[in-house]
Amino acid sequence: MNLINLIEEIEKVDSNVYDRLSPRRKAMKTFFNMGSKVALASVPFALGSMFKKAYGQTPVDLIGILNFALTLEHLEFCYYDRACGKSIIPSGAAKNAIGTIRDHERAHVAFLTSVITSAGGTPVKAAKYDFTAKGTFPDVFTNYATFLAVAQAFEDTGVRAYKGQAGNLISSNVYLTAALQIHSTEARHAAHIRSMRRAAGFAMVKPWITGKDSGIGPAAQAAYDGEELATQAGILITNINGKDIPVEAATESFDEPLTKEQVTAIVTPFFA
Amino acid sequence: MEKISHLEKDPQHSVDGFVKSKLPRRSFLQFAGAGMATVALVAVGCKKEIVGNNTLADGVDLGSGDVGILNYAYALEQLEAAFYLMVVANMYSGATPGEIVYFNDIAKHEVAHREFFKNALGTNAIPDLEVDFTSIDFTSRTSVLATAKAFEDLGVSAYNGAGALLESADYLLLAGKIVSVEARHAAAIRDLISNGSFANSEVIDANGLDVSRTPLQVLAIAGTYIKTKINASNLPTS
Repeated sequence: MNLINLIEEIEKVDSNVYDRLSPRRKAMKTFFNMGSKVALASVPFALGSMFKKAYGQTPVDLIGILNFALTLEHLEFCYYDRACGKSIIPSGAAKNAIGTIRDHERAHVAFLTSVITSAGGTPVKAAKYDFTAKGTFPDVFTNYATFLAVAQAFEDTGVRAYKGQAGNLISSNVYLTAALQIHSTEARHAAHIRSMRRAAGFAMVKPWITGKDSGIGPAAQAAYDGEELATQAGILITNINGKDIPVEAATESFDEPLTKEQVTAIVTPFFA
Repeated sequence: MEKISHLEKDPQHSVDGFVKSKLPRRSFLQFAGAGMATVALVAVGCKKEIVGNNTLADGVDLGSGDVGILNYAYALEQLEAAFYLMVVANMYSGATPGEIVYFNDIAKHEVAHREFFKNALGTNAIPDLEVDFTSIDFTSRTSVLATAKAFEDLGVSAYNGAGALLESADYLLLAGKIVSVEARHAAAIRDLISNGSFANSEVIDANGLDVSRTPLQVLAIAGTYIKTKINASNLPTS
């Protein structure tokens, strides 16, 4: 994106753009010269705040979206970090895998915190958590099966949460790409946790989501409702064009988003 | 942002032309609302750039704008579907029941993706591509899994890179619905090769971010397996 080009285009429709953006052209020059010093990631937000000042609004609440993501990453990181400090996870492959996921969540927390800060926002801090979800999962840190079930629900919910926010970032390419890069990382986590549950004989779930089956039970159902969709953009995927696509495969081949409100309702019980 | 640059060539519809013909300059922002103007002008800010020295400039034209990106995804899904259909039709000996289930599932998912794009694109869809799998030994578990891993990781990086090139939020959501399934495939295949490698440092960086690639980077890699020449020179680049 060429910022100078952009401002010139605005000038064509609003000859006073420079005055709106800043009462003095000199200040605008300062803004452009700042380019080399400002982290690439913060440029789009700098642009957003500039328009907010000039026209009283900004395209989307970027900081709010980023903090929503950070809220979920804090929750996930704390969950795995706490589990890693207990003897619940079998040593070897299982412990290594949870360690890998824990490290990625920690990296996501650090990355989002830094991006929000450099964009001029205030990153949310970790909260106090109740991983039993007010008693719904009382043995979450003493029963390995429960621990993995909650982990699966967190990961699959995380995937759906990022997917649901992508559209809100469509005008902010730098943030959008980073969000998509986290999104597919979470999907890899989800697939592995699901494989762990299958291998341990806890549930016959596959790495992909079949219908709206959680393999967990009613306590986690809200995280899976809607995944049973077999029609995409008005196109029925089941047996599409005469191909052998059973409804199970049709639902597995597309993951579904959740709104911020839906995600909030799912994770709220985990906040103390 | 092909749509925008296309519009710019047409004086009837260019941003400047539209404003001049319909309204006095000053009143445009007041009339349209600053929010809408911001969105439109941000689009102008990422004007399409010319792809220099593009060796893919002849062959099947993917097209421009969102259609071009959807055709790009369609091309990749064609490649993946063809590969997995070959795998399940020639299952390597010694495959475990679990492996057979996974490969059959993945083949169906990729065919579903392929057919979805074909129908969504309608008359804009590129023709069927001819694949070249001579470098793959379908009787070898190692060769099949290594190729599957390469294709899935490539697919994930392709969708991650393509998101920012789309203009329609609806298409972006659809791409998002597919990319996480590709990431699940990638993790599953990786774990079959080496349990625990589902998200190792080959694909996830120090910030916890998965790989993102541009269409030209992806097509350069995928080209080994696609006989049909693909012209990606009209795809948006920002």
